[in-house]
Amino acid sequence: MARAVTTQRKAINTAIAWAIGLLIFFPILWTILTSFKTEAQAIADPPLFLNFDWTLENYAIVQDRSDYMRFLWNSVILAGGSTLLGIVIAVPAAWSMAFVPSKRTKDILLWMLSTKMLPAVGVLYPIYLLFIQLGLLDSRFGLVIVLMLINLPIIVWMLYTYFREIPGEILEAARMDGATLREEILYVLTPMAIPGIASTVLLNFILAWNEAFWTLNLTAVDAAPLTAFIASYSSPEGLFFAKLSAASTMAIAPILILGWFSQKQLVRGLTFGAVK
Amino acid sequence: MGRIQLKDVTKSFGDVQVIPPLNLTIEDGEFTVFVGPSGCGKSTLLRLIAGLEDITSGHIEIDGTDATDVPPAKRGLAMVFQSYALYPHMSVRKNIAFPLRMARMDKAEIDRRVEGAAQVLNLTDYLDRRPGQLSGGQRQRVAIGRAIVREPAAFLFDEPLSNLDAALRVGMRLEISELHKRLDTTMIYVTHDQVEAMTMADKIVVLRAGHIEQVGSPLELYRAPRNLFVAGFIGSPKMNLIEGPEAARHGAHTIGVRPEHISVVPEGGVWTGRVGVAEHLGSDTFFHIHDTGLADTITVRADGEVALSHGDQIHLSPRDDVIHRFDAQGLRIA
Repeated sequence: MARAVTTQRKAINTAIAWAIGLLIFFPILWTILTSFKTEAQAIADPPLFLNFDWTLENYAIVQDRSDYMRFLWNSVILAGGSTLLGIVIAVPAAWSMAFVPSKRTKDILLWMLSTKMLPAVGVLYPIYLLFIQLGLLDSRFGLVIVLMLINLPIIVWMLYTYFREIPGEILEAARMDGATLREEILYVLTPMAIPGIASTVLLNFILAWNEAFWTLNLTAVDAAPLTAFIASYSSPEGLFFAKLSAASTMAIAPILILGWFSQKQLVRGLTFGAVK
Repeated sequence: MGRIQLKDVTKSFGDVQVIPPLNLTIEDGEFTVFVGPSGCGKSTLLRLIAGLEDITSGHIEIDGTDATDVPPAKRGLAMVFQSYALYPHMSVRKNIAFPLRMARMDKAEIDRRVEGAAQVLNLTDYLDRRPGQLSGGQRQRVAIGRAIVREPAAFLFDEPLSNLDAALRVGMRLEISELHKRLDTTMIYVTHDQVEAMTMADKIVVLRAGHIEQVGSPLELYRAPRNLFVAGFIGSPKMNLIEGPEAARHGAHTIGVRPEHISVVPEGGVWTGRVGVAEHLGSDTFFHIHDTGLADTITVRADGEVALSHGDQIHLSPRDDVIHRFDAQGLRIA
């Protein structure tokens, strides 16, 4: 039975939801506003909200000083590459865990997830050394591999949850119909799991896009993505809040737009299995 | 061809043996039904034959060649699942064509066979729909279509009708029987419904806890059940089982009398009792009778016209020539 909700109650709920939403969004809003201020206005006390002289000069300076497109392209390659590679590896892994589980499957899943709880800096040193040895420092290839490995537990977990919703009999039917394992995964499982795979791709693209620890530590120039682009505005010559904000806005804009257009998919992906 | 032989087949899940050593031969073209209560291992046995489960020991031979380690797809068997297991993202046409596509058959031949199967199964108008847009009966026909286009050595049916409503079930039962007559291919059919077993089978295999209790034609099982389990399982309504002095009078530990072999007589009779529930089916009436001094309830199948109701006294007379006798171990006394 649905609970009766009065109009007044609904209005209050909506107002509270908006308030919480704005609170969470405020830092991003502030960053965007600051990017249109002059450096002096950016650090003005008391802070200026909307009553400042709007200017685009920060964007012009940022654009002059560094090649935004190159960073953007690196971000796309790193996020896209690591996500796709992760999916290719995780689909068979999730398949086996969902459809031919062993006694240890749950343990393996938990163990995989536990690696996400390890402080990244703990393995920075060995990975850094490995990168030097293999000549992977500041290479897109190396970073794609590292980002893929970092997000792999989440990709496997998400796909595993989706796959478990698919009746095993359908895969058995495919097996009876003469499909090889590859064909079973390619023609039957994957098309049925498309919504789940889409959500997984989306979430992991965003995670990889926002990844800063590894991208900052393992890149210099050639493979540096937008996270490095932002970071380059936060240091040696002192703090330039307006320019930093402009750089940040430019860096988060693509993912913000992507997230906005795919929010339905994202929400579905994150709550899948939790609510039926 | 489709002669299937199971030789000393066993199956264990961990430490639990669900199929103790089992031997069975299914002849080419035979309609064999595995029947038994839930958990008796009948579906497991079917899955072992299909190759969806590995057997723990023993051999499976299909047409004389050892198929024990052959993967499911290479055994030349087609299976129809309880849940239909259609591919929801494909049209009916693509569903039926899938096994042929996997066999790398050429396009023209695939089209020809799909059209043929659709015609046989009355699916021609639905070929471009998705399974989600079909009724239960139509989905089941698509699943059967997907099986027949392969021209398999044998069909395996795993409780295919249990998701359908009663009326549809009777219709599909007839369709499958007709299909068997037309194709003349081996069919193995798993069900817990003894009516399906009796009406469809050439040969019934009654299973309990992984053991074969009896193998035989429907009428053999009906006329001469080998033990009490088969006696109680085959036949509807169930056979009346009577112990005590009445059984001793016939020189047995237990006697079994089918409800249809007891007549209602106006006076005298061998047994008397009081009518409990009377189920009027029109053509027949099932009386459940108490206070007979024989068993808690004696079920009698009488003519639809017999007008007795709750609480009435009833006189019964069993047919002596069809009384089944069992010993203390529950085995039939010849």
